[in-house]
Amino acid sequence: MGAARGYTLRTLMIEIFAILLALLFLVPFYFVLVNSVKSFADLLLNSAGLPKEFVWTNYSRVWEIINYPKAFLNSLIVTVIANLGIAVFSSMAAYRLVRHPSKFNNLLFGVFVAAMVIPFQSIMIPLVKVANIAGLLNSLPGLIICYFGFGISLATFLFHGFVKAIPLEIEEAAIVDGTSPYGVFWRIVFPLLKPMTVTIILLNSLWIWNDFLLPSLVIPDPSLRTIPLATSSFFAQYTKQWDLALAGLVLGVTPIVIFFLFMQRHIIEGITAGSVKG
Amino acid sequence: MMQTRRKKLSEWVQQLYFIGPSLFFFSLIVLIPFVMGMYYAFTNWNGVSNEVTWVGLDNFVTIFTGDENFANSFGFTVRFTITAVVLTNAVGFGLALLLTRSIRTKNALRTIFFLPNVIGGLLLGFIWQFIFIKGFSAVGDATGIGFFNLPWLGDAQTGFWGIVIVSVWQGAGYLMVIYIAGLINIPSELMEAADIDGANFVQKLKNIIIPLIMPAVTVCLFLTISNSFKVFDVVYSLTRGGPYKSTEPVTMDIYFEAFTNNRMGLGAAKALIFFLIVAAITLIQVVITKRKEVQS
Repeated sequence: MGAARGYTLRTLMIEIFAILLALLFLVPFYFVLVNSVKSFADLLLNSAGLPKEFVWTNYSRVWEIINYPKAFLNSLIVTVIANLGIAVFSSMAAYRLVRHPSKFNNLLFGVFVAAMVIPFQSIMIPLVKVANIAGLLNSLPGLIICYFGFGISLATFLFHGFVKAIPLEIEEAAIVDGTSPYGVFWRIVFPLLKPMTVTIILLNSLWIWNDFLLPSLVIPDPSLRTIPLATSSFFAQYTKQWDLALAGLVLGVTPIVIFFLFMQRHIIEGITAGSVKG
Repeated sequence: MMQTRRKKLSEWVQQLYFIGPSLFFFSLIVLIPFVMGMYYAFTNWNGVSNEVTWVGLDNFVTIFTGDENFANSFGFTVRFTITAVVLTNAVGFGLALLLTRSIRTKNALRTIFFLPNVIGGLLLGFIWQFIFIKGFSAVGDATGIGFFNLPWLGDAQTGFWGIVIVSVWQGAGYLMVIYIAGLINIPSELMEAADIDGANFVQKLKNIIIPLIMPAVTVCLFLTISNSFKVFDVVYSLTRGGPYKSTEPVTMDIYFEAFTNNRMGLGAAKALIFFLIVAAITLIQVVITKRKEVQS
């Protein structure tokens, strides 16, 4: 469409303006990166310029202080297992809700939809008590179970719309061939859900990886900290020690930025699809 | 007889197998705490003792008559929501207009504008704390522009605008993606016809673009309203509600009431009011969206 009209001077001006705007968007990242490799004195005297000399020890010190590999591993375990659970349990529930719309199941679907409205802050107080009674405090499996609970309603809702679009004939043919109801779901329906599964996993990954308030309430133990928790407590201890704090921030942000750069096409498609459907 | 019974049993097993896990985790983590929260809102539970006394509407009377924190935090949340919604949508829409032109770098630019969105609010707040405190003053020293030499995050005004700036920077890219999807769907014949008729950009914007992307506008408006209303992480890391609680959103008031002041009952009452407001906003959204669908 654009190629036919040709690349005019006007388009060039728009392009230059857009690039300048993008650079403005990136300025905060420039400040953080460039100052994370400065000595403390250099950083205080000269926050805007390039470093006089590169102080990579900022990174090695933070790496050890926050025990970065441990925090990274905790975040990874929680994100991966919570994602798997949400995708599997929600797709199973959505399948049953669509194919067996009994009174109970319709009511349940309504409850799932209604629950998407509940903000986390309005149930966090009793949640901590329930988690305590159920033995979910201070353990990664406990945190993962919390994510199951919070992720299931939205994921079920999204899968529900998708299952409805799958023609019943495919399943009927399989049943005639003697496939069990479980086989029909796992071997036929679940693979067909893949595009929606990918979208749900990507969007949930961003949410779970970045989440702060829930893990801060459920995980007091320092050795179980996820990346946001480790960064936050580090920041509280080393406030005004910007050289270390900034290196810590870069370490905290890097994994999710890399993840985004690799997955951006799918992530942006997922948002677009979700918003168009409303 | 045998057969129908076996069939019934099989149905039960399937129901349990497919629905059971979801229902169990959802009930444990969302449903039960939600119901308990409604009960605690009418008690004076302090979170520590096992003694929970029913106090009727006392907490709500306190909130609406004797508690300045809730009124203040509510005022902040409303002011913040209105400002952030208008600015984030304006910037997101502007970026979408730019990136639907036939410029060559559009894919790279889209990635850059979206990038802040994938970083969690907590870390973004910390990043910007440095920008406001050190970065802005460095720019201010170099250029002498007064804007950068303000006491950023040091008083109520700059704290408020600091949070707004970070929220817009974080959210605009997400809205941009939704607006781009809306803009791409505008039939190109319409725009070409307008070009032939000699319509200028403002006329095209007013008469073609905006009416046709109203569904995207509705989605974006309510997305930003409910996200801004629930703001927490960015504020927590940027100002922690300070100075002197001047930038404290309702979510943070609930948080401090419950986990710092140990007044769980009062916190639960505030949480219930907060829920009702968020639910009302969402309900209005659903009604408006449905009405639009009928019209079109």
